[in-house]
Amino acid sequence: MRRFEGVDFVESDLLLTEEEKLMRDTARKFVEDKVKPIIEEYHRGHRFPIHLVKEMGTLGFLGSNLKGYDFLPGISNVGYGLIMQELERGDSALRSFASVQGALVMYPILTFGSEEQKSKWLPLLASGEKIGCFGLTEPDFGSNPAGMKTTAKKVGSHYILNGSKMWITNGSIADIAVVFAKLEDGNIGGFIVERGMEGFKQVEIKNKFSLRASDTGILYFEDCKVPLENKLPGTKGLKSALMCLTQARYGIGWGVLGPAMECFHIALEYSKERIQFAGKPIASHQLVQEKLVYMLSEITKAQLLSIQVGRLKDEGKAHFSHISLLKKNNVKIAREIAKLSREILGASGIVDDYPVIRHMLNLESVFTYEGTDEIHTLIIGHRITDIPAYY
Amino acid sequence: MKIGVCVKRVPDTETRPKIASDEKNFDLSDAKFVISPYDEFGIEEALKLKEANGGEVVLISLDSSGDVTVIRNGLAMGADRAIIVEGDGERDPYETAVILSNVLKEENFDIVFFGKQGVGHDYQQVPSILAEIMNLPLISVVVELKIDGDKVEAVREIEGGEEVVEAKLPVLISAQKGLNVPRYPSLRGIMAAKKKPIDKKSPEFTAEKLSWEVEKVELPPPRKAGKIVEGEVEEQVKEIISFLSDEVKII
Ligand SMILES: Cc1cc2nc3c(=O)[nH]c(=O)nc-3n(C[C@H](O)[C@H](O)[C@H](O)COP(=O)(O)OP(=O)(O)OC[C@H]3O[C@@H](n4cnc5c(N)ncnc54)[C@H](O)[C@@H]3O)c2cc1C
Repeated sequence: MRRFEGVDFVESDLLLTEEEKLMRDTARKFVEDKVKPIIEEYHRGHRFPIHLVKEMGTLGFLGSNLKGYDFLPGISNVGYGLIMQELERGDSALRSFASVQGALVMYPILTFGSEEQKSKWLPLLASGEKIGCFGLTEPDFGSNPAGMKTTAKKVGSHYILNGSKMWITNGSIADIAVVFAKLEDGNIGGFIVERGMEGFKQVEIKNKFSLRASDTGILYFEDCKVPLENKLPGTKGLKSALMCLTQARYGIGWGVLGPAMECFHIALEYSKERIQFAGKPIASHQLVQEKLVYMLSEITKAQLLSIQVGRLKDEGKAHFSHISLLKKNNVKIAREIAKLSREILGASGIVDDYPVIRHMLNLESVFTYEGTDEIHTLIIGHRITDIPAYY
Repeated sequence: MKIGVCVKRVPDTETRPKIASDEKNFDLSDAKFVISPYDEFGIEEALKLKEANGGEVVLISLDSSGDVTVIRNGLAMGADRAIIVEGDGERDPYETAVILSNVLKEENFDIVFFGKQGVGHDYQQVPSILAEIMNLPLISVVVELKIDGDKVEAVREIEGGEEVVEAKLPVLISAQKGLNVPRYPSLRGIMAAKKKPIDKKSPEFTAEKLSWEVEKVELPPPRKAGKIVEGEVEEQVKEIISFLSDEVKII
């Protein structure tokens, strides 16, 4: 099978800078050397390859588009997207890790944190010495986080947190959790909860059929004592949490191009080699070509959308509904492409000799988290009609 | 310590070669280009030396493509600056060595690294010719290097074993796989590389032309179709045995 060298039908590489291409190629090399050889083993073992975290930190992959400190690379949003794409070509678990660490932990600390919180945590998170997670979803509140039941009550020099957060990426391995809870006045505020704090418990969720190489956990707060200085002072209601989600969703929109391109590449190569009927490769059948062309068309459109939204984001002009379109469209087509690729591989597509079924299963989580496909439809619908239709 | 690394922009080793219409060159219009992989060992060793001793790492490349991406990659790994001698097409190893020697003399390096060969043409000649022109010691095919003051100790790969060689700076070193594991450029390195100087020079060829010329390049003949044995297992075994003993005569 020919080596993967990206998919670029309309020369959209021409829209990238020299540095952006170099960043992508570096991330691709990292994934080829360090991720590809081990990932099936971690997937089978339902384990997160935690040893890769520090190396990702050294390369600058954690929070790479954030600016303001020497240790933050501050690269363009397209460069950041390309790195996410390459990491997710390795496995959605790695991209999920990088999304959470950068967009859901470093970003809120940078944006809403105090000077002390920033100088204490950002260097450790950027280098991968410390791992973070983001707790918004609860057992009873997913798509509608506004209903959250976790509370934070101010008592003396502490906030006392009660409640739980579920489906939390990095939940059981995290050193710190950025957690959103309802304050006594009914507003929502953000907190940094540290591993080992009194009343804080982290439990891993087992038996997943998707994102098996990612750590997903439940966070329990039982009269959990969080010092006052651990509140993120800049958080102002649910909007602050949603701002974090916009950052992460942007990276997801790019990330899924990785599995989409890989699944297309494998389907194309496989269909040229696999012989069925009259000694002809299956790629010679019109029905197979139709699938391949569909995949390529969708990848090409998604690439152009990603670059445009990335450039808008650099200019500060990306609206969150643009990012909803990016997340919704790209995840949907990636999921569809993974499924079609699996079909083309026939029985070979159901074993992990090829990464296709692993990507296919991973993309189920990606379809659901960070706003399901339906929720993004409602966000875009709201924007164009000016009528909210969430309930 | 002033450290030079000669690097060559070459087609990626996975490129499928196509012959150009003049039948003397390759058509590389579709190829992806990289730093010759052996040169990367040279860059890594240079960066390690700089980290240990301070100083400067300078990349030198004779290259007529006008594409600086590959050199930027070396700067992103951590080299401080680059000199590109812009040629006017492919040069043979002797011409390359003469042209590079003019840059190296001007820069006056304590140590200069090369890859043991540039992949693609694989001439394996430039470091040796340069050593001769510059009257400097060359330690080739190096897999381990220690430098203490101006004392150099290198381990070379030789047929069936290793050879330990001592020399004094200044010295030329050609790198072999195993010398180190080249680092990936970090994102900060890539951002910094944008601002690092790339000095462009025109080639100075100051010697009598001794060259040879490429008459013709050809692809190896396509492999003949394999032989498929069919029938019952016992017949197949017999057929394979008779093929191995009678036709290719290896058993
Ligand atoms: C692997 C994984 C990792 C995750 N990581 C994190 C994390 O790190 N941090 C975090 O906070 N959360 C995380 N989540 C949670 C994730 O964000 C939620 O699962 C998601 O928001 C959906 O919530 P839910 O599962 O409760 O589904 P529900 O909200 O119950 O939705 C169920 C279905 O109903 C549909 N639906 C709901 N409301 C409407 C409506 N108004 N109109 C039409 N359809 C509707 C949904 O689209 C969906 O199809 C993760 C989830 C997974 C699977």
